[in-house]
Amino acid sequence: MIDNNSIKKILIVGISLCLVCSAIVSLAAINLRDKQIENALNEQKIKILASANLLSEEKTLEEVFSSIEERIVDLETGQFVNTINLETFDANKVAKDPKTSIVLSNDQDIALIKNRENYAKIYLHYNDVELNAVILPVRGYGLWGTMYGYLALESDLNTIIGLEFYKDKETPGLGAEINNPKWKKLWKGKEIYSTNGELAIQVIKGSVMTDDSGFNNKVDGLSGATITGNGVTNLLQFWLSDLGFQPFLNQLKNNKTLSMESGDV
Amino acid sequence: MSKAREVLLNPIFNENPIALQILGICSALAVTSNLYVTLIMCVALTSVICFSNLFVSLIRNHIPTNIRIIVQMTIISSLVILVDEILKAFDYETSKQIGVFVGLIITNCIVMGRAEAYAMQNSAGMSFLDGLGNGLGYSIILIVVAIFRELIGAGSLAGYEILPLVQNGGWYIGNNYFLLPPSSFVIIGLLIWALRAWKTDQVEEPQFKIQSNSLEAEERRV
Repeated sequence: MIDNNSIKKILIVGISLCLVCSAIVSLAAINLRDKQIENALNEQKIKILASANLLSEEKTLEEVFSSIEERIVDLETGQFVNTINLETFDANKVAKDPKTSIVLSNDQDIALIKNRENYAKIYLHYNDVELNAVILPVRGYGLWGTMYGYLALESDLNTIIGLEFYKDKETPGLGAEINNPKWKKLWKGKEIYSTNGELAIQVIKGSVMTDDSGFNNKVDGLSGATITGNGVTNLLQFWLSDLGFQPFLNQLKNNKTLSMESGDV
Repeated sequence: MSKAREVLLNPIFNENPIALQILGICSALAVTSNLYVTLIMCVALTSVICFSNLFVSLIRNHIPTNIRIIVQMTIISSLVILVDEILKAFDYETSKQIGVFVGLIITNCIVMGRAEAYAMQNSAGMSFLDGLGNGLGYSIILIVVAIFRELIGAGSLAGYEILPLVQNGGWYIGNNYFLLPPSSFVIIGLLIWALRAWKTDQVEEPQFKIQSNSLEAEERRV
């Protein structure tokens, strides 16, 4: 038997241990990957439904989600696009590909996202034939990283139903309180435009006074998380501006039944 | 048989890794605000420590002493990654809540401590039992801490309402302090006190004794 501390033995033990361990870890990772991706997708679906307050205990996730219509929107023109496959649409890829995205200048890039995709996947929910909710993907930089979420608007395209984040890197207990149900409730009923039609939705520092003229456009800040709050304001301001979903919202406002038609608008 | 029993049961009260050796405190502070999350963490740590002890013990006669720590770490971290992957696949909600703390089992002093102190010298079966015993010792403290924290802090256990909160129309006002990590220090401290009052042989010698007043001593000499 060779001495345990000879170079040869050290190399044999070290290398074979690494090989065995890496084989086991990779096997596990590959076998479980499908399930993990499914979990992440479900999580996203739950957030989409939660933002529009559509989650119910009686129905399964799939049942509720099937009542939602997914569409691709051209952000430049604000119109629906039918040439892109919904199933394979990957928002991250589209945003990174220079062919399908634009680089934002410093002035434009208030949400600090660098590139804006030209196409976005949005979700529509109908009560029978009447439009009930429009759910838009939004993202922007917080304190530690990009926050990804969904904003749900009522059919007047002004009143907010809810705002849900599905991915963020904010500080637990401070910035990560954006996921606190109590704070999320504050968004319900807020309006994105002020009475004179300006884009005014924002998270303020401190609490909103009920006699404040902009009461409907302001949401209480999270104490200890001013930068996260500003991030949320910026990302909403960006995604609701003419670089974001404003062209689409205008199109939709002019023609509420737009999406019900065959789609060649 | 009695030796196996001793190896399994000793770490629970007599040589508890948290209460006597004060190891693995970090996760005891971090993941104990909800009983369900705590239970998952306990299962995760116990399985890692059992199998790391088992595998280290199985190859202990072939581990070169020069690289033994790296060998132990490789085994432990592979097991932790495995547990993390399984958790992400089968209990996504909890894995999101525990987040980084499953990954941090790698650095949990109990796991490495047992591999180095026990599994390197003992047979595979006994090492496995030692891992199980230490895992249980860790778990029992965490579970007690979690019961106190969740009940006092949020009026519930594993998410089920026990004391109806004022916010939900009940009478109980949750004590937010117990939802914050520092409260675990207090609870663990009280637990150690209780344990040492019961098992007095765990009380440590004072590290240094206060000398009697030197003036008095001199007077006496005179």
